[in-house]
Amino acid sequence: MTTVPEKTDLVTLTIDGVQLSVPKDTLVIRAAEQVGVQVPRFCDHPLLAPVGACRQCLVDVPDAGNGRGFPKPQASCTLPVAEGMVVNTQATSPVADKAQQGIMEFLLINHPLDCPVCDKGGECPLQNQAMSNGRADSRFSARGGVKRTYPKPINISAQVLLDRERCVLCARCTRFSEQIAGDPFIALVERGALQQVGIYEREPFESYFSGNTIQICPVGALTSADYRFRSRPFDLVSTPSVAEHDACGSAIRIDHRRGKVMRRLAGNDPEVNEEWITDKDRFGFHYATEPDRLTYPQIREDGELRPASWPEAFAVAARGLSEAGGTGVLTGGRVTAEDAYAYSKFARVALGTNDIDFRSRPHSAEEAAFLAAEVVLRRTVTYADLESASTVVLAGLEPEDEAGMIFLRLRKAAGRAGSGGGTRVVSIAPYASRGLAKMHGQLVRTAPGDEAAALAALVAQGEFGIDKTAVILVGERLATVPGALSAAAGLAARTGARLAWVPRRAGDRGAVEAGCLPNLLPGGRPVADAGARVDVGADWGVDVPETPGRDADGIIAALGSGELGGVVVGGVDPDDTTDPAATRAALEAASFVVALELRETDVTRAADVVFPVAPVSDKAGTFVTWEGRPRPFEAVFSSPSSLPDLRILAGIAEELSALGVGRPLGFRTVAEARAEMEEMGPWDGERAVLGGSETALRPSSTTEEAGAGAPSSTTEGHFALATWKLMIDNGSLQDGDKAYRATGRAPVARLSPTAYDAHGPTVTLTGDRGSVTLPAEPAELDDDVVWVPANSFGNGVLADLASPGSRVTIAKGADQ
Amino acid sequence: MPDTLTPVLTDNWGDDRAWTLAAYTERGGYGALDKAFAMDPAAVIETVKESGLRGRGGAGFPTGMKWGFIPQDNPRPKYLVVNADESEPGTCKDIPLMMASPHTLVEGVIISSYAIRANKAFIYIRGEVLHVVRRVQRAVQEAYLAGHLGKDIHGSGYDLDVVVHAGAGAYICGEETALLEGLEGRRGQPRLRPPFPAVAGLYASPTVINNVESIASVPSIVANGHGWFASMGTEKSKGFGIFSLSGHVRRPGQYEAPLGITLRTLIDLAGGMREGHELKFWTPGGSSTPLLTAEHLDIPLDFEGVGAAGSMLGTRALQIFDDTTCVVRATLRWTEFYKHESCGKCTPCREGTWWLVQVLSALEKGQGSESDLDLLLDQCDNILGRSFCALADGAVSPITSSIQYFRDEYVAHLTEGGCPFDPARSTAWAGQEVLA
Amino acid sequence: MTLSEETLVELKEIAARYPEPRSGLLPMLHLVQSVEGRITPEGIEACAEILGITAADVSGVATFYTMYKRRPVGDYHVGVCTNTLCAVMGGDAIFERLQDHLGVGNDETTDDAPGLRSITLEHVECNAACDYAPVMMANWEFMDNMTPESAVQLVDDLRAGNEVRSTRGPRIVTWREAERVLAGFPDDLADDGPAAGPASLVGLGIARERGWTAPHPETDSGSGRTADTKQEAVEQADTARAETETKQEDSDA
Repeated sequence: MTTVPEKTDLVTLTIDGVQLSVPKDTLVIRAAEQVGVQVPRFCDHPLLAPVGACRQCLVDVPDAGNGRGFPKPQASCTLPVAEGMVVNTQATSPVADKAQQGIMEFLLINHPLDCPVCDKGGECPLQNQAMSNGRADSRFSARGGVKRTYPKPINISAQVLLDRERCVLCARCTRFSEQIAGDPFIALVERGALQQVGIYEREPFESYFSGNTIQICPVGALTSADYRFRSRPFDLVSTPSVAEHDACGSAIRIDHRRGKVMRRLAGNDPEVNEEWITDKDRFGFHYATEPDRLTYPQIREDGELRPASWPEAFAVAARGLSEAGGTGVLTGGRVTAEDAYAYSKFARVALGTNDIDFRSRPHSAEEAAFLAAEVVLRRTVTYADLESASTVVLAGLEPEDEAGMIFLRLRKAAGRAGSGGGTRVVSIAPYASRGLAKMHGQLVRTAPGDEAAALAALVAQGEFGIDKTAVILVGERLATVPGALSAAAGLAARTGARLAWVPRRAGDRGAVEAGCLPNLLPGGRPVADAGARVDVGADWGVDVPETPGRDADGIIAALGSGELGGVVVGGVDPDDTTDPAATRAALEAASFVVALELRETDVTRAADVVFPVAPVSDKAGTFVTWEGRPRPFEAVFSSPSSLPDLRILAGIAEELSALGVGRPLGFRTVAEARAEMEEMGPWDGERAVLGGSETALRPSSTTEEAGAGAPSSTTEGHFALATWKLMIDNGSLQDGDKAYRATGRAPVARLSPTAYDAHGPTVTLTGDRGSVTLPAEPAELDDDVVWVPANSFGNGVLADLASPGSRVTIAKGADQ
Repeated sequence: MPDTLTPVLTDNWGDDRAWTLAAYTERGGYGALDKAFAMDPAAVIETVKESGLRGRGGAGFPTGMKWGFIPQDNPRPKYLVVNADESEPGTCKDIPLMMASPHTLVEGVIISSYAIRANKAFIYIRGEVLHVVRRVQRAVQEAYLAGHLGKDIHGSGYDLDVVVHAGAGAYICGEETALLEGLEGRRGQPRLRPPFPAVAGLYASPTVINNVESIASVPSIVANGHGWFASMGTEKSKGFGIFSLSGHVRRPGQYEAPLGITLRTLIDLAGGMREGHELKFWTPGGSSTPLLTAEHLDIPLDFEGVGAAGSMLGTRALQIFDDTTCVVRATLRWTEFYKHESCGKCTPCREGTWWLVQVLSALEKGQGSESDLDLLLDQCDNILGRSFCALADGAVSPITSSIQYFRDEYVAHLTEGGCPFDPARSTAWAGQEVLA
Repeated sequence: MTLSEETLVELKEIAARYPEPRSGLLPMLHLVQSVEGRITPEGIEACAEILGITAADVSGVATFYTMYKRRPVGDYHVGVCTNTLCAVMGGDAIFERLQDHLGVGNDETTDDAPGLRSITLEHVECNAACDYAPVMMANWEFMDNMTPESAVQLVDDLRAGNEVRSTRGPRIVTWREAERVLAGFPDDLADDGPAAGPASLVGLGIARERGWTAPHPETDSGSGRTADTKQEAVEQADTARAETETKQEDSDA
């Protein structure tokens, strides 16, 4: 007996004589692609709501599926398939072909013939489709038609330029900014033939996602100040890669020419970033070609750094470290997973220590324990899960600033609310940001420090519906709030909600997986677990040190106190650390500092040996997203002037080994490191438990004083300091594109209306590390909370003001 | 056989202070309301269906059927929106109706809203008619005070609020979905359909959008019965309608008659063409309906009759032009209008009207060649049915129809190197001044 | 210049008339014009702020509708219909004459002159008064059956500050006062002017003269032969151009 096939939602239709079945609701334009027919189009974009504006995709529909045809050609981008429908495209229908040619002719009458100087030339849908679906001659020009003209490009932001003559008014850009980004600072203005894309004169198109409009513009109407007139598409070589600016793992395409990156575009990865990227991912690549980029190793001789050969530098570094006594390793959060693995192994194998930490920002022992217990090896939440979740709780995380693709997904997920199926976004934060409004989110207003209590209280709040269909996203900032990460874990455990940790940097999650933590070995193996140590030790051929390591604050403190003498620092900005002054002092106090860096920094200036490391464009690697998804990428360039961190560490380890210290790493290339990581695999033993004694770090006389993330201030302030980093800020990886940076948000201090009335419109904030004066803006904060951006002025909040959560005083600022 | 003219909507326009509630009530106004409230809403819809009333805004879709599309199981609020954006060139019936008897409209709004179970209605009046806005505002205010609007109207338990909304100058807002955009505070660009307004209209809620005259006809249908209404008009075009004669007739104005009356009859009633001139061309229903000529004087002015003649009944906006009028000039001016009013959303309309104006202006100046006429027709072919809404279809109507009937006149512009007509001869005051 | 508190309150009041505040934008912009004399950046920003939308969105709306003016409008806005029928009937000649007489082009405003009110002249599209062609609009009040001479008289009277009455309405108020009415704040002039002008009444007059009326209502006899199905309705409807009803059928099916 045969089984009856399940009733599916497939619809069968005929396009150009070919019968096919596609899912119900498929648009004819996309169904046609499946039979190999590209119907020309401009306004249509698969990720934007159909609009049917350009009319380029007209097709003939002799049978709509009900036996009757449409008397006139239909726009295939707005027409859903129907059972039995018959569609004839330009491939088989003279009617459709003429209709399309007619539209193309209309589009071209007012389009300038400036293809030879247009950036889009060579990759222009209008140019291409005019060739494939247009007339060879212009009846308009032949009769002396007068084209509509406008002054050539106008800036709609510092970065984005608009050439209105070239615009075909498909409205992809305005729809993107409204539907996807939620930043409708561009809009169609005027009417009829004078309709154009415009901004309000006093409100430029400052969206973190503005660059996407350039990419989806089907003509050369939108260009970036950054790429304008820089290259021709056909001279570019494209290499797929992964963006290095956040933990989102966005697929990008790097277009380069003769060893230089010309531009970066969004890659298309439906599971991760769909077809969008942040402006930071798009424009933030000039840091690698800044003049202060390090291009050769240096060693300190007579107090001065001098160039050295690689072998000499390896030897000097090894000698110095072998004599330095105890040495710690600070890796920063930007390393690839392979490099992180090399640091992790270097610490244990070459230096014989667990004193390693990737967290070059305020952190806590509780966080290390949380990462070991709740994060490493876990892949419980994906981007798609955000869309299907009933509720997504955000704590210590501002997605629009800190994880752009999460923001876009949540906005998309929440935007379906109109159709009844939207994801509810609940944010535990000091105030309702514009980003939260764009995610249609609800605020649980929480003063800095009270997040743990707020999380714990969510269980009881039925209206938020936290259950197993919910997702909790915690940001790295929660580390500074005692009990908050534990509370998040507790909330997840009690409700069945899934939990994910969203760090800010691309290398953070990979570093957790690779064991760049004092309590974790690669593959989630707890240091405290003897079996895990043996497991790793067997692979590495060493005894993995049993003593739990110091965390970054502990390392800094130990350097300051002389307990540690040496330090290996990779990509750490002291101003990002818990206490910038203490970090600088520790580097001064250290007897031997090895720096692995891209560009000259305070660390390289203090170092005894400086190694130039390769930027991500120059090496293969893997970033692990906040979801735990590995995102491998290959090198774009091969440049001899710098090396991947892992190659440098291998060189030092080999020299150390020659001195009788430790063992070589056993790999020199990314491929070898990958193979070794693969071979070691994940820990299948018992994982650490949050709050269990096995996660304890080495007690240090100084860590407690340093506070390990606890508020650093004892100032008698009235205001609790809330802060996070804006997406576009003074971060060094954003250096080199002034236009990009000009689109960032001006730093302001946000105060409650009451506090604003008392202190605004300019305020001076004073914490235990200094004072800053900023314009103030009222927002719905608690009366005793102030928010400032973390790295948008001076050397940032940590260096210039106070640590997050501590208290600051506010005075009416001097008028400036 | 009904009389030649059948004043119903226009019947009270000559009354003293006809716009006031007092005058309207004096004539039995708001009486139909009680009759409607005594009926089930569905029965009101049925009555309007049975009457055969077809939309008076141009397209002629059966009004009752439109109401029937409102999904009553949809939990969202329902809305009635009155399209009082009368802007089609030649159309001038709703404006005098609202000026003279706004309460007819208001009573129609209440009955219609009741029928579709809407508790909120909007009257979207084009902004350029200040006094009409005043009169409708006042009528609504009076209706509230008299208990015809608000809570528990006439003790029926039915509530209705009406908002009078002034537009701001956009012909396209006569298109129902563009009107909704305007009413939602957006650029008046038409929406993609489906979803249709009946399912997801104003605020994505079920919405009926009807023309002023359609809604104003409802009280008389309810009061007098659908049979009464259907006893006028022709087989498929029932009832009466206001026929607006303008242009070169002796007595332009509003003539309310059963559908199916002929232009010949109407011109007779209007005292004939101007002294010494002949009918040259006319629009049956505004400039978007293809031109007709003297050969069409006897077609019945109903949906079917005008359709069979290759045009459309539209809004019964009969613009009459005599032999002093240059059809090329007339067509160019209309085309400029469509270019000005194109919303810009879709390519063929936005760019096509831009180009059409250029070709036509050249022709009007006697520049170009006869092949430009074929180019014009081909442009029109590339616009007609290709655009997002019907605006551009309307834009090509005068062009294709004028070339169809007056190709020689276009050619004459070319052979004579300019327009052979003296525009002074077609003015309203022509013949009254001393000609040089 | 920011808007007065009173104006802001009224703007909010307009927004509150509607189930969704943004619906108030068109009348709100009319109110902005009534206090500012045009659409000003301050007005755009105030609307954006009140409605919680971007200024770009407000700008998109303000530039779409032709009644919104970006340049200051005079005390009176004078429109001449130059759509085909009025143009042919003399609108073109009137418009030309007024341009000459006032010394301004389309959409331009007369210079300030001592003792004279200013006038913004514009040619307008069909204003739904074709039976009174050629038609002019003075602050959007009907001025019917105009001639070049009556047009000149009209603008001279307006400039001199003489009272001018609409041929089918009240005395002409200023443009700003008119805009306020359009914003939904009625003045007290609704009862001024006649119910209808002469052309509106010609058909009625003939009917009265000849004793023609609509049939007397009787008990319902034989219903109208109406369309029974959507299909039939579609065929009956004049949908040669708008295919929408056909699609309606499909969507409902």
